[in-house]
Amino acid sequence: MSEVALVANPNVGIAKPQESNKKYVNELTTLNLGPTHPATHGIFQNILTMDGETIVDSEQTVGYIHRAFEKIAERRPLYQITTLTDRMNYCSSPINNMGWHMTVEKLLGIEVPKRAQYIRVIMMELARIADHIVCNSILAVDTGALTGFLYVMQWREHIYEIYEEVCGARLTTNMGRFGGMERDLSKEAIRKINVLLDEFPKSLLEFEGLVKRNRIFMDRTTDVGAISAERALNYGFTGPNLRAAGVDYDVRAMNPYSSYEDFEFEVPVGTKGDTYDRFLVRGEEMWQSLNIIRQALNNLPEGSYHADAPHYYLPKKQDVYHNMEALIYHFKIVMGEIDAPVGEVYHSVEGANGELGFYLVSDGGRAPYRLKFRRPCFIYYQAFPEMIVGSTLSDAIVTMSSMNVIAGELDV
Amino acid sequence: MTNEQIAQDLLSQFGEEKIFGIVENYGLLNVTTTTETIVPLLHYLYQHPVFKFQFLTDLGGIHFPDAKGQELGVIYHLHSLENNVRLIVKLHVPIDAPDVPTLTGLYATANWMEREAFDFYGINFVGHPNLIRILNVEDMDYFPMRKEYPLEDATREDKIDALFGR
Repeated sequence: MSEVALVANPNVGIAKPQESNKKYVNELTTLNLGPTHPATHGIFQNILTMDGETIVDSEQTVGYIHRAFEKIAERRPLYQITTLTDRMNYCSSPINNMGWHMTVEKLLGIEVPKRAQYIRVIMMELARIADHIVCNSILAVDTGALTGFLYVMQWREHIYEIYEEVCGARLTTNMGRFGGMERDLSKEAIRKINVLLDEFPKSLLEFEGLVKRNRIFMDRTTDVGAISAERALNYGFTGPNLRAAGVDYDVRAMNPYSSYEDFEFEVPVGTKGDTYDRFLVRGEEMWQSLNIIRQALNNLPEGSYHADAPHYYLPKKQDVYHNMEALIYHFKIVMGEIDAPVGEVYHSVEGANGELGFYLVSDGGRAPYRLKFRRPCFIYYQAFPEMIVGSTLSDAIVTMSSMNVIAGELDV
Repeated sequence: MTNEQIAQDLLSQFGEEKIFGIVENYGLLNVTTTTETIVPLLHYLYQHPVFKFQFLTDLGGIHFPDAKGQELGVIYHLHSLENNVRLIVKLHVPIDAPDVPTLTGLYATANWMEREAFDFYGINFVGHPNLIRILNVEDMDYFPMRKEYPLEDATREDKIDALFGR
């Protein structure tokens, strides 16, 4: 192959890389990675400019599943917005639900009982495990190892069964209410959580045994898609992707919410910020989550599972039939007739992908005046071109997989 | 490092002309500034030896149709990871000339956030390297998050605002 200077490529509709004196080995070609490519696990397009198999430039297009949640939210009563948050990061909906509930509770000044807070912690950590299972095992699949994926995927199914036991739904959970949970943890739910605590570590160990020190997997992921801590911070990375670069920022530890200060857990960090570090950080976070669930379940406080907030917390159905106040509150809540106080509140939780923030501006109406979701995916996905330029196409696939870009969260 | 210290420091550095609207919302300090001051202010906060607001958490637009001359707003969420303190900086611009200087020189992450604010509110970030729509289609000729675009068809008669809210 002879070296040819950068030539105008008839296939390319995008701007050429800036350095004009740069030599390329081959004639540049354009490759569309997506919008619907099985290896991207979601709908996003990357227009790659390739020099042979090396990526020279990348341009992203997002917004394929934009559903205007922020606009829709401006017309909905607060409790109806929970269903919108389900559909952001659909791999870990309970975290989104709880984050939204806590934001509104902050605005309303509702004090949530300890028991409800602990149940929330359990559900959020289950969601984190479910999310990390998907991310890590799919990363293994993208590098060619299908078997490990099947070992752990059954446990995601088990976690969905626990959701079903707690809230009745599996994927779009709409879990909890303002002020607590809609019901207490049932015996069956506790049994299922205990099964998970006993059995899942075995599967996770099997999975890690297959993948973690696997020569092929390590060769495919080490030093691939690396980003330095400085660049990651400048790009607004949060969550496991930032921690893999070596910054120990975790909202659970820095701004504890929902009684996270009661639990002992460690914040794993990586060193290089590459795909392998992201894999290891997520893997270790699953162990920490199991640890938190075990602590929460063992120390589950007695008491009510919801706050005494009749204006916002739906009364029991039995009371609605027999009690005048309950009937009135039920009607007012369901019809969205209760105005929220005036205020501006920002609350963030540690989502599975990073800091999930809710900025709520209320003008005293029943719906938010403005609601802004701070979605970690949207913010860190813009670093993707910088992370893959200079690497090969197959490296780009594993980099994207390990960043865990969820289309629903990216586009709201 | 308390909110009061930050507010005092900013006031002594920039003066009451440029830093105003200082309020505390649920423990979170809010300050308002002007378009001329926003870039020097955020550079100052970034390089401050103690405050170190070096993390841009979020950036979003907002629309107040009734505030004549300052209809559109931009809200910057800053975070000092070292001190674990958050700060919200706001500014307002008229809807006829919604020009705000870009922050992409300071924060790489501002790129898409500003594109999103442009996409939804039409805020023109002067100096942005690639200010095009991000979530909506390119040939859209309006800014959908502005308040003049109601979510539902305003001509519908089966939903009465008095009964069902706005």
